[in-house]
Amino acid sequence: MSRLVPESDAGGATVTDSGEAAAPSARIGEVVDGLRAALGDGLIAHHYSARDAWVRVAPGSWREAARVSRELGLSYLSFVSAIDWKQAPGLGGEKLWDPDAEEGDAPGDGPGRWLTGVAGGETRFQVFARLHDVVRHVGLTLKVDAGDGPDGPGGGAPRAESWVPLFRGADWHERECWEMYGIEFDGHPGLRHLYLPGEFEGFPLRKDFPLLAREVKPWPGLVNVEGLPGEDEPTESGDVEPE
Amino acid sequence: MSVSEQQKAAYVAGQAADARVRFELETEGMTLNIGPQHPATHGTLRVIVRLDGEQVVWADPVAGYMHRGYEKLCEVRDYAQVTTLVNRIDWLGSFCNEVPFILAAEELMGIEAPPRAQYIRTVLFEMGRVANLTLFLGDMAAQVGALTPVFYAFRDREYVLNLIEAATGGRFHPNFDRIGGLKEDLPKGWIDETKLVMRKIRHFCDEIDDLLIGNRIFEERCRGIGVIPRDVALEYGLSGANARASGIDWDLRRDEPSVLAWKDADWKVWTHPDGDSFARYWVRQQEVRESTRIVEQLLDGLPSGPIRAKTPARIRVPAGETYVHTENPLGEMGYYVVSDGSPGGPFRCKIRTPSFSNVSIVPWLLRGVYVPDVITILASLYFILGDIDR
Repeated sequence: MSRLVPESDAGGATVTDSGEAAAPSARIGEVVDGLRAALGDGLIAHHYSARDAWVRVAPGSWREAARVSRELGLSYLSFVSAIDWKQAPGLGGEKLWDPDAEEGDAPGDGPGRWLTGVAGGETRFQVFARLHDVVRHVGLTLKVDAGDGPDGPGGGAPRAESWVPLFRGADWHERECWEMYGIEFDGHPGLRHLYLPGEFEGFPLRKDFPLLAREVKPWPGLVNVEGLPGEDEPTESGDVEPE
Repeated sequence: MSVSEQQKAAYVAGQAADARVRFELETEGMTLNIGPQHPATHGTLRVIVRLDGEQVVWADPVAGYMHRGYEKLCEVRDYAQVTTLVNRIDWLGSFCNEVPFILAAEELMGIEAPPRAQYIRTVLFEMGRVANLTLFLGDMAAQVGALTPVFYAFRDREYVLNLIEAATGGRFHPNFDRIGGLKEDLPKGWIDETKLVMRKIRHFCDEIDDLLIGNRIFEERCRGIGVIPRDVALEYGLSGANARASGIDWDLRRDEPSVLAWKDADWKVWTHPDGDSFARYWVRQQEVRESTRIVEQLLDGLPSGPIRAKTPARIRVPAGETYVHTENPLGEMGYYVVSDGSPGGPFRCKIRTPSFSNVSIVPWLLRGVYVPDVITILASLYFILGDIDR
């Protein structure tokens, strides 16, 4: 499985079920340990960086993870958002993924089909959220797999449990996720458009949603703009020759 | 007709007239559309309110009139180009938008800017806050009908913007922060001029004090209006002065370890226990004063040295994830940056903007308030539309 974490980092720090790596601070370690004690197998993996912590939970434990975190003091909801791990066409012009290709032609089929980030992941879509303790100043990023969506068996929308029953502020964040990624939140009081007009079709932040400006003029566009009068002509490499 | 009979007749006529008015002006279930263009909305926010008489029974803010899709655009630009975009999120304090993104990129690359650059960053950050909140201090007064503070605010904000322009070349969109440091050093004579302007800003705060604090109209329109309790504020993710006005003693400048220079200045985080419109106004006013003091102290202790660390000619950010947030004028602003190690831009860049959460409380907060208070409450929450819509 391809990882976004540098090998040296990933080897030592992402741990499944055992706390090998040291927490950046004792307070963050307490929160992660508290979550593991309450969720058991529901907590799949955790990851520590030099100053931050990530936790990935099972889809069935998503709301429970929020409830436990809140009891542990992380009562401030920073945001809820999502990510699409499908590999996108690169900026350098090379196409990693071609929308016209036949099914199965995509380079990322089979194991390692999707990229993964810190604390791992198995599906194309992930929902992640950030909670904060404003008294003890501890922050934590929680992640949950939301399914493969249209690329999964049987298609369908990616799903996750809603946090609205716990955090009323999750309402807008989840509406935005639904609008941008098409993720259905079970238990949300009414998923409707937040930014886009009601008749909008498609999910703009999915990696396979084309950005029209880039289709018309591939990146990086015109690099060397026309020189000012009296300036030297740009050379082949784009640098102006020194006098 | 005796006097008492006349009184009796007048009373009966009055009752009849009242009944008629109640019948004809049946107002239950009336829907009022505030905006998208309204001076209190700082852009184009539309709020649909359903009224029972003068009272709001239901409110729904409609965002998206200014949605520019920055999260998608970030994915198709390289790291150096992103600062140009994010300048336009909170356009009144735009340098503040660049800083957390650059800090996130620096953290992923393992680069740290030299001390002088960190100091100048912090100074410009606080000046962005002064420029931003000064306008609020005037604008809030305009929403209750006092026009003088607005002109004072525009007058004094201009001094700050001139200085930001002198240092960065841009009044509203500096685009000055770079991975590893800053674009340029400060111009000659800038430091003395800035100290002078910071004194002017404190004088402006004193003028506002004279005009508004204790003013009967202002106090009656703001005290006890739009009260947000502490736990509700946390649940909705309110941050910045809106949270501190509800008694939440939390400021990322003080409470989060940062490479920026706030820790080197002596200043105070102000909170207010009331949680009403007045508290939000008062906290911001104190914050402007504190910011001017931070600027002065940092300029006094400005270290010498380079303003840019050595960076590769082509920025290539290694694979990884990070979340960096700072205390922006409007509240907690953060960038969750995911890099896949490719030479291009971020794989995913979630932009956590303070106004988004601050406005999501509006349906809860407006329930039961009277129509004139809707405007003062919206003004006191202080949001920038670019910051909601991104």
